[in-house]
Amino acid sequence: MKNQRLQRMAVTSASSLLAVFVALCICAVILLITGKDPIEAYRTLFGAAGDTKVLQGALNRATPLMISASAVAIGFKMNLFNIGVEGQMRISLLATAVAGAAIHLPAPLHVLFCLIVAMATGALWAAFAGWLKVKRGVNEVISTIMLNFVALSLVAWAFDSFFRVESTTGSLLVKTKELPTSAWFPDIVDRRLNGMFFVAVLVLILFYVLVWKTKFGFQLRASGANPGASRVTGVNPKRMIMISMLLSGALAGLVGMRSLLGDVHAYQNNLAEQQGFNGIAVALLGRNHPLGIFISALLFGYLGEASGRLQLIDIPKEITTIMTGIIVLAVVIINEAVKRWDDRRIQHKAALALEAVAVAA
Amino acid sequence: MTDNSQSNNQFVVELHGITKRFPGVIANHDIELLVRPGTIHAIVGENGAGKSTLMKTLYGMHQPDEGTITVNGNQVQFKTPTDAIAAGIGMVHQHFMLADNLTITENIILGDEPVDGRGRIKFKEARERIETLMKSLGATFDPNTNVSELGVGQRQRVEILKVLYRGAKILILDEPTAVLVPQEVDELFATLKRLVADGATVIFISHKLDEVLAYCDEITVIRQGTTVARTTPSQVNRRSLAELMVGSDLPDPSGRETKVGTEIRLQVMSLNLTGEIVGAKLALEDINVAVHSGEIVGIAGVEGNGQFELCESILGLRSILSGSISVCGQELSHTETRDRINMGLSYIPFDRHREGLLLDAPLWENTFLGREENQSLTSGPFISRNRIEADSRSIINRFGVLTPSEQVPAFALSGGNQQKLVVGREMASDPKVLLAAHPTRGVDVGAQAAIWDELRHARDNGLGVLLISADLEELIGLSDRILVMFDGRVTAHLDPATATPEMLGTYMTGEVQGAAQ
Amino acid sequence: MKFFKSLSTGQRTIALSLGFMMVLSIVRLFTNADDITSSGTISSTLRVATPILLAGLAGVWAERVGIVNIGIEGMMIIGTWFGGYGAWKWGSWAGIALAIVAGSLVGLLHALATVRFNVNHVVSGIAINILAAGTTEYLSIIFFKGQQGGGESQSPAGKGGYGEFDMPFLSGGRIGSWRSPDMLGWIEKKHDLPLLPDLAGLLRGLVSDIYIPTIVAIALVPITAYILWRTRFGLRVRSSGESPQAGESLGVPINRLRYQAMAISGGLAAFGGAYLSCVFTSTYRQGQTGGQGYIGLATTIFGNWTPFGVFRGAILFGFPSALKFRDEKNVPALLLVIAVILIAAAIVSLLKNKQLLASGLLIGAAVSAATYFLVDEVPQEFVAATPYIVTILVLAGARQQLRPPAHAGIAYRAGENH
Repeated sequence: MKNQRLQRMAVTSASSLLAVFVALCICAVILLITGKDPIEAYRTLFGAAGDTKVLQGALNRATPLMISASAVAIGFKMNLFNIGVEGQMRISLLATAVAGAAIHLPAPLHVLFCLIVAMATGALWAAFAGWLKVKRGVNEVISTIMLNFVALSLVAWAFDSFFRVESTTGSLLVKTKELPTSAWFPDIVDRRLNGMFFVAVLVLILFYVLVWKTKFGFQLRASGANPGASRVTGVNPKRMIMISMLLSGALAGLVGMRSLLGDVHAYQNNLAEQQGFNGIAVALLGRNHPLGIFISALLFGYLGEASGRLQLIDIPKEITTIMTGIIVLAVVIINEAVKRWDDRRIQHKAALALEAVAVAA
Repeated sequence: MTDNSQSNNQFVVELHGITKRFPGVIANHDIELLVRPGTIHAIVGENGAGKSTLMKTLYGMHQPDEGTITVNGNQVQFKTPTDAIAAGIGMVHQHFMLADNLTITENIILGDEPVDGRGRIKFKEARERIETLMKSLGATFDPNTNVSELGVGQRQRVEILKVLYRGAKILILDEPTAVLVPQEVDELFATLKRLVADGATVIFISHKLDEVLAYCDEITVIRQGTTVARTTPSQVNRRSLAELMVGSDLPDPSGRETKVGTEIRLQVMSLNLTGEIVGAKLALEDINVAVHSGEIVGIAGVEGNGQFELCESILGLRSILSGSISVCGQELSHTETRDRINMGLSYIPFDRHREGLLLDAPLWENTFLGREENQSLTSGPFISRNRIEADSRSIINRFGVLTPSEQVPAFALSGGNQQKLVVGREMASDPKVLLAAHPTRGVDVGAQAAIWDELRHARDNGLGVLLISADLEELIGLSDRILVMFDGRVTAHLDPATATPEMLGTYMTGEVQGAAQ
Repeated sequence: MKFFKSLSTGQRTIALSLGFMMVLSIVRLFTNADDITSSGTISSTLRVATPILLAGLAGVWAERVGIVNIGIEGMMIIGTWFGGYGAWKWGSWAGIALAIVAGSLVGLLHALATVRFNVNHVVSGIAINILAAGTTEYLSIIFFKGQQGGGESQSPAGKGGYGEFDMPFLSGGRIGSWRSPDMLGWIEKKHDLPLLPDLAGLLRGLVSDIYIPTIVAIALVPITAYILWRTRFGLRVRSSGESPQAGESLGVPINRLRYQAMAISGGLAAFGGAYLSCVFTSTYRQGQTGGQGYIGLATTIFGNWTPFGVFRGAILFGFPSALKFRDEKNVPALLLVIAVILIAAAIVSLLKNKQLLASGLLIGAAVSAATYFLVDEVPQEFVAATPYIVTILVLAGARQQLRPPAHAGIAYRAGENH
């Protein structure tokens, strides 16, 4: 009965759609109260979908969101909350910028090298939190938050002390040494859509395959769903936690690569935007599933890009941030309620089907 | 029915005709309980006999479907525990409900704090009251210490103080000595005797007949949901009491055509395991078990006497203190659980929800659980979904799991069908040794017989089974030998053909078999 | 050692404090870093520590009732905005009052999500942080843009003061229009003497340049302790976070308590935020909190979920920043202070026969002292990272001593147990 699965998916998507709808309604109210016209706002916001530039920008924005959400989702599968994506991303940005600029390799290899360095440093930083949890029982929520700030300070200090290079163009932004062009990730559409988008999609595909199609993925999900049952079959929970954190950190390391390899080509201080929390939002809205993450990332990417249009009609674009926050709350609340309703429905259906079987027998 | 005028003075608690049904099972039917004031009254029975349900009714945690409750001569209806507390009844649960980081005083007065007009707690007043109560108990701790620093026996005293503080004159204790060492048991009963001398009445639930006979004044025996006897220690001895508990009918052991093999599949020698609190009672003491190929060894005993810990030790989920475990001759004491399973060890867990199933996952994922090393279900690092689903369907068919399909999530199945799935899965991997804990718990009669057939069939093909069960029919019907466990030790070896109910009951409740069988 | 243990807690605190002052004094004389114990630094420390203190208290109230509050930062942000807005529109105290009300409402929102809808506590906290950031940015544009002195990301200046004063005689405060002599200040300046100038500096720092909100915030520490440990409400709150099953079996209204405690938590956090935009500075600025909500969370942990512990933590975490503001060159002297403390701790460990720990501490002391001699200044990033690193070390190293409320963060539905 494959449509059992489709039904489940429909129900899960329904709660996400409902959450978005609720957020739109509440934001409409906020706009009204503060003297703005919600209809105008939404018309501008969603009207921009006709503009290819906006769409390409949306895909660009969606790229780091997809990877960030995957990092968070892998953690969630093991009941781990990796809030440290931002810190892991920052460390790997600086490390990759410096390492990438320090060596010379032919083009595809150089890019690959950078990606590997990024994943390794991200994993390394996440490993701290994993070690703290496994060896010392420190809750990963607190440790990753703390490590985020430590990363912030560490990177700022290292950048300032060792790696900053004055700009040749006289601009005020200071950067690290620029990456040689062999490390530049090519644009698909020149200056607008970067090829890292496909890397992000690839990440989502690999995420899907790993978690749903491999033995390891099965054990990961089982361990997160019922640690007791998993333990009895011999799966070492501590090993699972460590691996999960490493994977999550590795992905977190990739989040900044679009900006680094495809755009700025050097590390500068404003490179790491609020990717951490937005990644969590995308993961939650996408229900920790690659397909959901893909769609949610597109949605958030689009909102981020199109919100610039709102300035033109004198509406603060921050309304989209408010929307994001409401979506996060709404989706978890609605999902909880919907799940309970759906569970009862399935139970009822199963009981009915059995009665039919019993009668027929 | 007793004459009303008599019951005003004669009994402090009377339960008549109490019946309580739950979906699919009748927990209590037509129970009668008569408790005289100023006595220690024991309620005795096996697991599932209905004792806990009865006590929950008396404490107001649920309402009976039929029957009456009379306290101090007044017929009452308890909607919540608060009503019971108001009537002077206090319950000390088996699992203590104490806040570790609060002091003893704070735990006792919580919810009933003496306060002044501004909401400030009058600690002095509370302390005085508690110290008076402590004297009547003979307790000597400082009420300002944190509960976290107390030992198990002392925590129990705090729970008793909690109910006394609220004016309880009738105390219900649920298996109070389950977690106590012998010395603490003596202290507890000394305390109870003191309370009774002061005018309280104590009802306690137990399956440990030694204690019951030594300390209580009256005994009510409950079996299969109803009262079967009311007696006193002077009228019974250990054996007759055990027989009352267990019943006088035992099934016949069914014969078998094949013989027990010679290869030793599972060998446990001199196994010792520390308990939860280091330095206190050992959870397992000097356990010796051997299971041959083609043999079913049954372990009888009331739940909570070490059977769970034994299984976990064999699986490698707990570090043993000393002793050895081997499967098919291979010493396993320091091997990982996963490797032990790969060597042919299978486990039907005690609690299928907590340890056996992924409730939100479809059945095909549940039948795959723990079998990820099975080559026929995987190709390389990938899982072969089609083959797993087909394999799942075959398990479902073979074991009669009633479900529309293998895609249904496990929570949608009834308890019995969930159990069948777990049994099927554990036997599907063709194990060498099967640890089966209550394999037919919650399963209807027809399916139970089918599972037994499967077990016998596998046994005939060489499987060695360690069967842990509280179902005597199952034990006698399947086992080639029966071991009895009590308090973390093996107390008897019995032959199912010659075992009598009183023998089983006796050993299950504390007597140790003198000579080896 | 035995003598030390025989002292009462109060006496022990005084002894330790004196010892600590002694260490500071010696280091000051050695390094000429006069600002370590100057009254300016001390009073500045109080001001820097206050928002952290309030955030830490917010964490205590939430976790003690069983709710993990990652949203403290968001509630602080709300507090900064409403404080700035209120101070601008109606005056100083109105700003703080408005902020507290707004913060309480956000706290109630968190309680609603976690208690009524069973949302994961961390997720709800994150949502609140996102919402707070977005809402304040949005509202700033609506209300502050185009106003004089304000802009898209800051408010116009708040009106009115907060009763700042210096204490007469001790620190040269005014009585009427006469300026009294500054006795402590006079002692403080005698830099060649040991200990006395330091004590004078400490005392003067506590009584000069005081703002009333600071005093209110500090007073909240013993008030919180009193409520939590001496009243019925407080006992029930603590039991909810420790063992809701126990409370429920005894008739404690767990859910209602959670709403009440979260309202208090939100209000405190917002007070901390309002302090930043009204007292510490006089405008709201975007990003003003700069992570202090998280430092507050760290203080809750570091302070072992007690109000006085939070106070200690806030002072400890605030001191290096305050010192840095005063005079950067003084900060390296702290390295020597750390070295001395580590040596003392090493001696204590040796007495307790923990050689491994002692050698680790001695190595740490050596590294700290060596760094002092090698560097001219401590990079500001290190100072900024200290609270976080210290918290991680405490969490990793002091597991036994930490006593979080046992049930904090675990989902509990009243009525659904057994």
